Amino acid sequence: MDRDVVETVSLRWLRRLVIAVFLVITVFPFYYMLVLSVRPIERLLLDPGALVVGFGELTVATYAEVLKATDDGGQGFLTFIRNSGLVAVAATVLTLLVAIPGAYAVARLRFFGRRQVDFLFLAVYLFPSIVIAIPLFVVFTRAGLRGSLFGLVLVYISQTLPVSVYMLKNYFETIPVSLEESAAIDGAGRLGIIRRVSLPLAMPSIMAVALYDFMIAWNEFLFALLFLVDKPNRWTVSLGLSLLADGVEVPKTVLMAGSVVLTLPIVILFFASERLLTEGLTSGAEKG
Amino acid sequence: MTTTAPGPGRSPTRERPAPPRRRPLTLRRRESRAGLALVAPTLLVTIAVIGIPIVWTVVLAFQRVRLATLRKTGLFGEFTMDNIDRVLHTPGFAETLWVTLIYSIGGTVGSILLGLVAALVVRRPFRGRTLVRASMLLPYVAPVVAVTFVWQVMLDPQLGIVNAWGQRLLGWDAPVPFLTQESTALATVIVFEAWRYFPFAFLFLLARLQAVPGELEEAARVDGATPTQRFRHILLPQLLPVIALLGVLRFIMTFNKFDDVYLLTGGAAGTEVVSVRVYEFLTARTDIGAAAAQAVVLAVVLIVFVLIYLRFFGRRVS
Repeated sequence: MDRDVVETVSLRWLRRLVIAVFLVITVFPFYYMLVLSVRPIERLLLDPGALVVGFGELTVATYAEVLKATDDGGQGFLTFIRNSGLVAVAATVLTLLVAIPGAYAVARLRFFGRRQVDFLFLAVYLFPSIVIAIPLFVVFTRAGLRGSLFGLVLVYISQTLPVSVYMLKNYFETIPVSLEESAAIDGAGRLGIIRRVSLPLAMPSIMAVALYDFMIAWNEFLFALLFLVDKPNRWTVSLGLSLLADGVEVPKTVLMAGSVVLTLPIVILFFASERLLTEGLTSGAEKG
Repeated sequence: MTTTAPGPGRSPTRERPAPPRRRPLTLRRRESRAGLALVAPTLLVTIAVIGIPIVWTVVLAFQRVRLATLRKTGLFGEFTMDNIDRVLHTPGFAETLWVTLIYSIGGTVGSILLGLVAALVVRRPFRGRTLVRASMLLPYVAPVVAVTFVWQVMLDPQLGIVNAWGQRLLGWDAPVPFLTQESTALATVIVFEAWRYFPFAFLFLLARLQAVPGELEEAARVDGATPTQRFRHILLPQLLPVIALLGVLRFIMTFNKFDDVYLLTGGAAGTEVVSVRVYEFLTARTDIGAAAAQAVVLAVVLIVFVLIYLRFFGRRVS
């Protein structure tokens, strides 16, 4: 047989196999998380290798423990969900308010120092967040902002802003200039052009960036740990979960229930907007 | 008064536009002003929440600051080289740097290779492709705290599924404490890193693959190139610029990574990377000066590596 046929046939099978392997390695940990969260801990200790929840051993007591308020003997995750949600939404909205005009300017308008500004946004995007963490830790300690959710929102903007500007800029660059020019000829001013032409066209991308920012803020861990650790009623879900693991012996199944509570909103959001996100994230990739 | 007096602008004598004192702004200058006005808020916020902190870290690195004395220290106190000195001579400094380097290179190479394979297999349409593609992004979008926990539980010696199956099916003699013994911890953390970030490489490579014109491959096929030859001579050259870019991006991001290692091992068992060390200085020892100095060392080393990289691959990246 000639090499082409051999390769084509074997690669076809290899491809199917590889797809299956990838599906397993990406989905399995989440499936496992879900399975563990609804098994009683005694059953898990007896049979750690089980992949399905046996009939009759299904329990939601783990979730009850995680979600109930601390006063009722639970772990108070409902409060954490509210905190995380508030912080993530506020950080997203503020980031977009600041990022959109800046991204538009860098993408479209020729102004003095444009290249330098463009470079600055990229450079801060790649800068270690731990470097930023130290002085913020100092300032917030002195200003008494440590332990406040508002302070955390400010910090999250430092995490979301550069990447938002970068993504939005790449998108604005793909909008044909001619569209804006024709609006200008029709008498629209610069702000009118942005509001009536560029923003509507960029809406899918803005949504993608908003979702991405929300995910960054919702998933964030280091700054929550640095700034909120002394104030249990202000904890975010990520922080609450990680500290739950350090605390008094908490069953692993309860930890898994907490993980599901933390992961589920993100996964739902992600699958609901998958196309938007994948295209938004790579809108600048072709330039390579 | 019900009627308003005509404003001065409305009077017929002023109907004709007054001769401009200055020449009106050219379109170009108006554009420049609009640009500056629009970028100003973004720039100010960036400088306030990122720029100033970075500069401040550098300042702190040369000051004697501890959390206890924080209120008394001004922005420009006495400058000293003590912190840098202490950081460089605290035991384990070189090892931490070395571990960070291995971790970064391992994580970068691993995630790009996995991402490349993933992009190649889902490149052409098949049934359920959208779902497969979305699933492949899960590790990247899921919260780090949750995925590190699942990994910890999966790899747990007592109740983890990996050890349960390893002993049952692969005949392991004893459970392997993947994350707590020196011989496996770093490798496990690197595998985790590759797993969690391959979707990033996957997305970029897939986007690039789909932009490769179909005629190129068609022509090669007509010329008798086999699939592997087409990959080697058609696709790979097209992908190299993206791979080079991913290399630098992933390296930088992994080098700075804190959460993953901290949550998986806490920096124990030979996995202490620089950012975990900075965190230790900052919280456990409450030595802000030393933490800042360590962070500055991290940033400097990073910049040096990136410059070296750009020197070799610069043309591809740009």
